[in-house]
Amino acid sequence: MNAQLQPTGSAYFIAKETEKPEIHTLSVLVDNEPGVLARVIGLFSGRGYNIESLTVSETEHEQRLSRITIVTSGTPHVLEQIKHQLERIVPVHRVVDLTVRAHELGQERPLERELALIKVAGTGTERVEALRLADAFRAHVVDANTEHFIFQITGKGSKIDQFIAIMRPLGLVEICRTGVAAMNRGQQGM
Amino acid sequence: MSNGQNERREMTGAEMVVQALKDNGVEHIFGYPGGAVLPIYDELFQQDDIEHILVRHEQGAGHAAEGYARSTGKAGVMLVTSGPGATNAVTPLQDALMDSIPLVCLTGQVPTSLIGSDGFQECDTVGITRPCTKHNWLVKDVNELARTIHEAFHVATTGRPGPVVVDIPKDVQFARGTYVSPQAAPRTSYKPKLQGDLDKIKAAVELMAGAKKPILYTGGGVVNSGPEASHLLRELVDLTGFPITSTLMGLGSYPASGKNWLGMLGMHGTYEANMAMHDCDVMVCIGARFDDRITGRLNAFSPNSKKIHIDVDPSSINKNVRVDVGILGDCGRVLEDMVRLWRATAKADKKTLYPWWEQIARWRARDSLAYKPNPDVIMPQYAIERLYQLTKDKDTYITTEVGQHQMWAAQHFHFDKPNRWMTSGGLGTMGYGLPAALGVQIAHRDALVIDIAGDASVQMTIQEMSAAVQYDAPIKIFILNNQYMGMVRQWQQLLHGNRLSHSYTEAMPDFVKLAEAYGGHGIRCEKPGELDDAIKEMITVKKPVIFDCRVATLANCFPMIPSGKAHNEMLLPDEATDEAVANAIDAKGRELV
Repeated sequence: MNAQLQPTGSAYFIAKETEKPEIHTLSVLVDNEPGVLARVIGLFSGRGYNIESLTVSETEHEQRLSRITIVTSGTPHVLEQIKHQLERIVPVHRVVDLTVRAHELGQERPLERELALIKVAGTGTERVEALRLADAFRAHVVDANTEHFIFQITGKGSKIDQFIAIMRPLGLVEICRTGVAAMNRGQQGM
Repeated sequence: MSNGQNERREMTGAEMVVQALKDNGVEHIFGYPGGAVLPIYDELFQQDDIEHILVRHEQGAGHAAEGYARSTGKAGVMLVTSGPGATNAVTPLQDALMDSIPLVCLTGQVPTSLIGSDGFQECDTVGITRPCTKHNWLVKDVNELARTIHEAFHVATTGRPGPVVVDIPKDVQFARGTYVSPQAAPRTSYKPKLQGDLDKIKAAVELMAGAKKPILYTGGGVVNSGPEASHLLRELVDLTGFPITSTLMGLGSYPASGKNWLGMLGMHGTYEANMAMHDCDVMVCIGARFDDRITGRLNAFSPNSKKIHIDVDPSSINKNVRVDVGILGDCGRVLEDMVRLWRATAKADKKTLYPWWEQIARWRARDSLAYKPNPDVIMPQYAIERLYQLTKDKDTYITTEVGQHQMWAAQHFHFDKPNRWMTSGGLGTMGYGLPAALGVQIAHRDALVIDIAGDASVQMTIQEMSAAVQYDAPIKIFILNNQYMGMVRQWQQLLHGNRLSHSYTEAMPDFVKLAEAYGGHGIRCEKPGELDDAIKEMITVKKPVIFDCRVATLANCFPMIPSGKAHNEMLLPDEATDEAVANAIDAKGRELV
């Protein structure tokens, strides 16, 4: 994830960018067809934009629509470019900057959730401590034997980060995270 | 477009390709056969509606199709085989992407069952061409083939035009399926916005009406929008009395003979155009994209102006330069509204612009395109001037390669109509001009089509002389031969202490013999006094001509905005001493291209 925070597009952009980079979450509604994810990702790598997190799945089976959620960072100017560049892709129906929308609704950020599976191996007090902490984080045990647990945890990215940090000294073996799924609060659709 | 009886018919995929081309109004295609497109070539063999032009290299097919498209306003079509056929098409695809040229490229592919097996002449065509097309498709089901080709034409020619690729596996070409006609509903996700927002156009007209030092800055978008847009642009200039300049790609949409014309702007634009851009108070950008060749140093770009930008591509607005009024829409449609609103509301008191025009006249008096005439050696600028004078009353189309000759052509050849100037602007593809001239000549059989070329560029696609001879396309290859890659050398003089690393061509072919070897006609001219007669001979000969015009070897292209400099820091020809050239670019500018 190549960090290039200054606007691309001109060889003459040697002046330092004064705007501060922000982290935004974009929702992209696309036709679910072969290659569509490659188009989106290729745009990001080709133009030097960042991807912090990427989640994609078909959401409307009959209309064959997929929803891609991308967490990206850039200055407001770059973020506007990313949105317009995404809109140029032929199978893209809509691009909504959920973070901008949240600000318009008077909220700090959109509703963002992530799921993670976390495998912890151990015995004795460490094992007991892991289970106790998992309970405090409302993580579920989805697989276990006498020497390991797999916890399923959902929530904000920061909560999962914190849980992983706590599990690390208690025998953390493996982590799998889904990336961010997000939408705006309130009754309005995207 | 559609033919009722063809609406739904059983046929093979190869038949569908030919039928779909006909239904989309295609009369000529440029291509090269190979294993994976043989079924389509077999169908082409058995019909007479579409003429196939056999090139000598797939890159030539692409540039020919681009020249065809640019000079007609229609989509250019190329047909190539899988693997190397497709990879050779990549350069013209990217060229068409950067210059917004509607180009439909059909590629053969190995049979679907072999895709992914590293088969003979297999490559991931849709993967390779994804970033250099507006959109591309791999068709795995013959029943999707007709719809896909229709959609490809729709995407290539609407909105901001661009190249598309349809990749067709060989088994799909043989398979039988149902053909559908073009009127089937296009996809819902692709709807370019053409009509501009009226409130924004009103705001723009208001700004323009209050301007004391306005300028119109137009680009290739006006040409792409069609002849009506150029007509409306001329009307707007007449109504407002504003001065007008254009990018390389937009030349001809406002006539160079028009009284408000300032000449081209940008790195090698005129002093008056660039100074007017720098000092203006209202800038109206129409169908151009604030490219780095245009703006110079961005933080010094036209610092005191309100900027209006009309573009059909939302990502072009506020990309490099932030504007005050961004109008999303087709140039032609927006200009129509703008002209109407100006007539209805704005009081055109052209007197308020007099001081501005006086200032422009002072800049113009610097005569920034001047050069020292030479009685013994042909100056390249003089060659272009004579070429212009001797061809301006004819039905002339000009293509170019890339380099010094291209800039001299843009400066000294004058265009009064759109679609007459075909050049590789964005990508800067050496080797574009010769095949592009072939494409133009195929579309305009009786026109005078001239490729203004450089001795280095022309050798990149010289093989298409053979195609020109085969199709009796009497294109004229007018080579400004200085034995250098002139622009490379100019930059080496500017940036690298005059160390001319590999920019001199020590072994140059005999272009006259080369023309004859291909079956064309060769002319060499070395003396200014003989130039006119030689050009007249070139025009008279009714076959492809290579004109070896030996010009001053060390002439450089001025005026110039050196890298990293602003519009008002131009290097003018009378100031461009060896020392000034050597010190024109500072350490910061060196890293720029």
